[in-house]
Amino acid sequence: MYEFTYHRASGLRQATNLLGKHEEAKLIAGGQSLLPMMKFRLASPSDLVDLNKIEGLNGIELTSRALVIGALARHAEVHVSPEVQQGIPALAALAGLIGDPAVRHRGTLGGSLANNDPTADYPAAALALGATIVTTKRKIPADEFFAGLFETVLEADEIITKVSFPLPKKAAYQKFRNPASRYAIVGVFVAKRPSEVRVAVTGAGASGAFRVPEFEAALQKRFSPKALDGLSVPAEGLASDIHASAEYRAHLVGVMARRAVAAANG
Amino acid sequence: MSVTGIGAPVRRKEDFRFITGAGRYTADIGLPGQVHLHFLRSTHAHARITRIQAGHASRMPGVLAILTGADIAADKLGPLVCGWMIHSTDGSPMKMAPHPTLPIDTVRYVGEPVVAVIAERPDQARDAAEAVVIDYEELPAVVDPATAQRDGAPQIHEIAPRNAIFHWQLGDAAAVDAAFKQAASVTSLDIVNNRLVPNAIEPRAAIAEYDPGTESYTLWNTSQNPHVARLVLSAFVGVAPEHRLRVVAPDVGGGFGSKIFIYAEEVVTLVAARRVHRPVRWIADRSEAFVADAHGRDHVTKAEMALDRDGKILGLRVKTIANLGAYMSTFSSSIPTYLYATLLSGQYAIPAIHCAVDAVYTNTVPVDAYRGAGRPEATYVVERLMEVSARRLGIDPAELRRRNFITSFPHQTPVIMSYDCGNYAASLDKALALADYAGFGARKRESEARGKLRGIGLSAYIEACGIAPSQAVGSLGAGVGLWESAEVRVNPTGSVEVLTGSHSHGQGHETTFAQLVSGRLGIPIESISIVHGDTDKVQFGMGTYGSRSGAVGMSAIVKALDKVEAKAKKVAAHLLEAAETDIVFENGKFTVAGTDKSATFGEVALNAYLAHKFVGADLEPGLKEGAFYDPVNFTFPAGCHVCEVEIDPETGRVTVARFTAVDDFGVVINPMIVEGQVHGGIAQGIGQALMEQVVYDEGGQLVTGSYNDYVMPRAADFPLLAVDTTVTPCPGNPLGIKGCGEAGAIAAPAAVMNAVTDALGTEDVPMPANQLTVWTVLQRAARQQAAE
Amino acid sequence: MPAVSMTVNGKAVRAEVDSRTLLVQFLRETLRLTGTHVGCDTSQCGACVVHVDGVAVKSCAMLAVQAEGAEVLTIEGVATGEALHPMQEAFRQNHGLQCGYCTPGMIMTALDIVRRKGHELDDQTIREELEGNLCRCTGYHNIVKSIAAGARAMASGDPALKAAE
Repeated sequence: MYEFTYHRASGLRQATNLLGKHEEAKLIAGGQSLLPMMKFRLASPSDLVDLNKIEGLNGIELTSRALVIGALARHAEVHVSPEVQQGIPALAALAGLIGDPAVRHRGTLGGSLANNDPTADYPAAALALGATIVTTKRKIPADEFFAGLFETVLEADEIITKVSFPLPKKAAYQKFRNPASRYAIVGVFVAKRPSEVRVAVTGAGASGAFRVPEFEAALQKRFSPKALDGLSVPAEGLASDIHASAEYRAHLVGVMARRAVAAANG
Repeated sequence: MSVTGIGAPVRRKEDFRFITGAGRYTADIGLPGQVHLHFLRSTHAHARITRIQAGHASRMPGVLAILTGADIAADKLGPLVCGWMIHSTDGSPMKMAPHPTLPIDTVRYVGEPVVAVIAERPDQARDAAEAVVIDYEELPAVVDPATAQRDGAPQIHEIAPRNAIFHWQLGDAAAVDAAFKQAASVTSLDIVNNRLVPNAIEPRAAIAEYDPGTESYTLWNTSQNPHVARLVLSAFVGVAPEHRLRVVAPDVGGGFGSKIFIYAEEVVTLVAARRVHRPVRWIADRSEAFVADAHGRDHVTKAEMALDRDGKILGLRVKTIANLGAYMSTFSSSIPTYLYATLLSGQYAIPAIHCAVDAVYTNTVPVDAYRGAGRPEATYVVERLMEVSARRLGIDPAELRRRNFITSFPHQTPVIMSYDCGNYAASLDKALALADYAGFGARKRESEARGKLRGIGLSAYIEACGIAPSQAVGSLGAGVGLWESAEVRVNPTGSVEVLTGSHSHGQGHETTFAQLVSGRLGIPIESISIVHGDTDKVQFGMGTYGSRSGAVGMSAIVKALDKVEAKAKKVAAHLLEAAETDIVFENGKFTVAGTDKSATFGEVALNAYLAHKFVGADLEPGLKEGAFYDPVNFTFPAGCHVCEVEIDPETGRVTVARFTAVDDFGVVINPMIVEGQVHGGIAQGIGQALMEQVVYDEGGQLVTGSYNDYVMPRAADFPLLAVDTTVTPCPGNPLGIKGCGEAGAIAAPAAVMNAVTDALGTEDVPMPANQLTVWTVLQRAARQQAAE
Repeated sequence: MPAVSMTVNGKAVRAEVDSRTLLVQFLRETLRLTGTHVGCDTSQCGACVVHVDGVAVKSCAMLAVQAEGAEVLTIEGVATGEALHPMQEAFRQNHGLQCGYCTPGMIMTALDIVRRKGHELDDQTIREELEGNLCRCTGYHNIVKSIAAGARAMASGDPALKAAE
């Protein structure tokens, strides 16, 4: 790791000020992605602003229309939360598939979304569920939040405070793991919402999570795995590496989407 | 048999410290004033070093010294060496290129250490290493062993045109040609044995201390054989004279071969300790271990088996290209030769075998022994050929093996080995029963009903352990003897210390060796300490690898115990005032035959030191005996493993549904520990077959350079393993032991791949059969089907 | 250099550390509690697992300064005096370790599994829960057995009897 100055923020205002003051500052929440990057000297923030002691950022609240989860909620908390399990069981299940148990005790929802790793799980859920990301400055629809590999529309001194997930009628997530890193080679989140069906894919895209309009349209007509027969995503533009070619990923998007629909239908 | 003697599942004596966090591994040692060493490594696969600028770095905070290849050369330290001479077919010696500790003018693989920075704190060393500027002039690189042999391939060492290290062969080519002419059928296979990274969970580490007063060094390091390390570091590298270098291998967190070898990092750490007059510590990061530790396997093979009408094997022809990487590691030349071709007869009576091996340099990390070392590669060749032949001939694979089993012993194979004993049908039968081989059809149908493919595969392997005798291996090119030493020190209080040249890094010697002594001397296991891994305590030893510690290391202890007993009987005779020939030693008690006069082991031990009952001119005081044991032959563990896989055709994911192993290790000292060894070996074997592989890109960059890309087997990758044994005692050593450490890694890959190919209905499936590979195979088959 | 205070194995500790000191480095180098190991640099091997405020975390993926005010439990604090914890005893009885390097992390993870999943653990659950712990020696077979036995022994409170299968 390179040297940096550590700040333990006691409130959002202080954290925002610190971000404004130090150009190369970075927020740290769970740190499960950031610290490994820093250890490899691939990230070199001048300052780390630690959000962990800020109160009120880890609540989980279930209303009649939405599940609202604080940005500091750990994956392990989301996984076992009765509110999440009641409101969006698919999201609780997804949280239980991130990393490993020890990583889930540290990693946070806000951190995962802000990092926007193209193989992370939460971005698929946020897109498919039509989530709204609430920050210190504004409310951002998930469709507008992600901006390419490890990029979001967040401004330098903007901090995610909570995320609101509208309750779907049905939803499920299927993850096909990279056997080494355990991130998603392909993860597909399918949500049947009151107004629409959404299918969001993580792991496969060369520039991050994306939706599949053809699948959504077909499932809108008939929410059944069979509705996806004959449909596929093009391999072109998908990620390709030693673990999965673009063709394989394209194929897996179909397989995981069908399995997700089947799971959502119970 | 006492409850703690041979054959008892004694719980391990060493466990207490490991489960309480009190183990003492190299990285746990903290010496006052210790400083830290960081290596700057080559980012190029092949390049000339045109300039190294370290001036600025050397003035950075905390920096104590920066060492380059020029500094090592100025100290007149010798190159790193390969200790096994192989001669090519034309009689010329292998082309061992100079392997400088740190390179002076050329780097030959990504990760080769180039510059060492020593600083007060680890981060300071790393910061300064980043400030060192190395100018490189890139050279063309080659990573594929077959390509490396071709005309026009980049030449890596001047001494080795077309990168050829040796062209070696074993067996009778003419006899094999004749056999193939008579054959009713020939099975041919092109086989790649995938390159692996050993990945002991403890990364390598070294701490060196220099005492200017005595001009002596101490090196604590992660070694499987500290004495051999000391010998090489003194006699070949010339760091220090042997008597002024102490090498300690404390608790070591797994080895699997990778901690046998003498590497550059230890040499540089020693040099650094003398230069800065402070203890110097180097601890590898995991990602560093991927390029700092020797890799394993990496063979490209064409294999052919000739069979007659009845499925009897007539001959075997094997041609292998072995990739040894950029330099020859310590024992690299022996792996694809005498540990490989000599095992190609498998469990079968094969009249004619010929094997030709070309060893080549490539711009990759050096390759050396990894669990099994040569024998997994041989087993993979033989057992894939058997399975494929059986399928082609329409003979049940178990039956084809049975028809060809060697059934009388000793058996001389056409490839040097003389098998001393075995009962291959017994392990096959037991494995088939345990695996419910007969019930496979029903399980396959059940899988198919769920849309899954299912396959079953066998592997009836043989291995050669306890490499020996020294005279024989010497004639084959070994640079060292392969005996083992032991010293049994009986204290006046009757407690016993056993000093052994074997080294335990997970094998549980502190327990099994104590079991032997406890049973033999009739004293509690708690009264016995096993001392190993310190050249100041144990005079010499060859270390632990090749499943040799039981067969060779314990045999040395037996020999020393024989001497202790003989001496103790003399003491007892004086003590009990009887003739020495009348003394009987049983259950820890010396008795005068035909009387009730007796003395306990403790009483005799005390009297050996009191020396009140005898005259020094008749009998020396004390009770301490040493022995060196040189085996008469290799041992030949063998057995049969059965694997069943289920494949999800939609994703290509292979699941190991069942795995059964029945092994003949001869006499088992501790069945609990033996089972554990088998489990671990199987996991590494399944890892090779389904998950693990080193990938280089064409330019020589290591793609699988961390756990984010190199697939490590996890708990959920395995079913419960069914493990059992059969026993034919080894006639070659006093305890009847054969060795168990590598069996799983040797047998499993072929069993798994035979199962995968059975499920997929095609033989053309490369290892590892990971999800992408299997999906690709299924896609190919679907396309072929569509075309037809 | 910032100061950090925490409780480690029931003992209050305070030290000044470089900000970039990882919790595992603080435990091993500053406190000399070397039972917590480092086996990788990608937070995957789990040799460094300790408990922070009662839950398992990878101490290689947490800064020492982030443990300010926390209760940290390492492998050295698991046994009570001379008496082994039932989970430790289970590893010994079931030969759940060979080289011992991954073992502290395995035991700390095992205790966390029991906390979350209870005392009756089936084979598959344990294997999935070991997602973040690598072992190269045992093939996991006896680790899985050890954890199941240790979990049962913790329920009965009788380590010697219950840990042995």
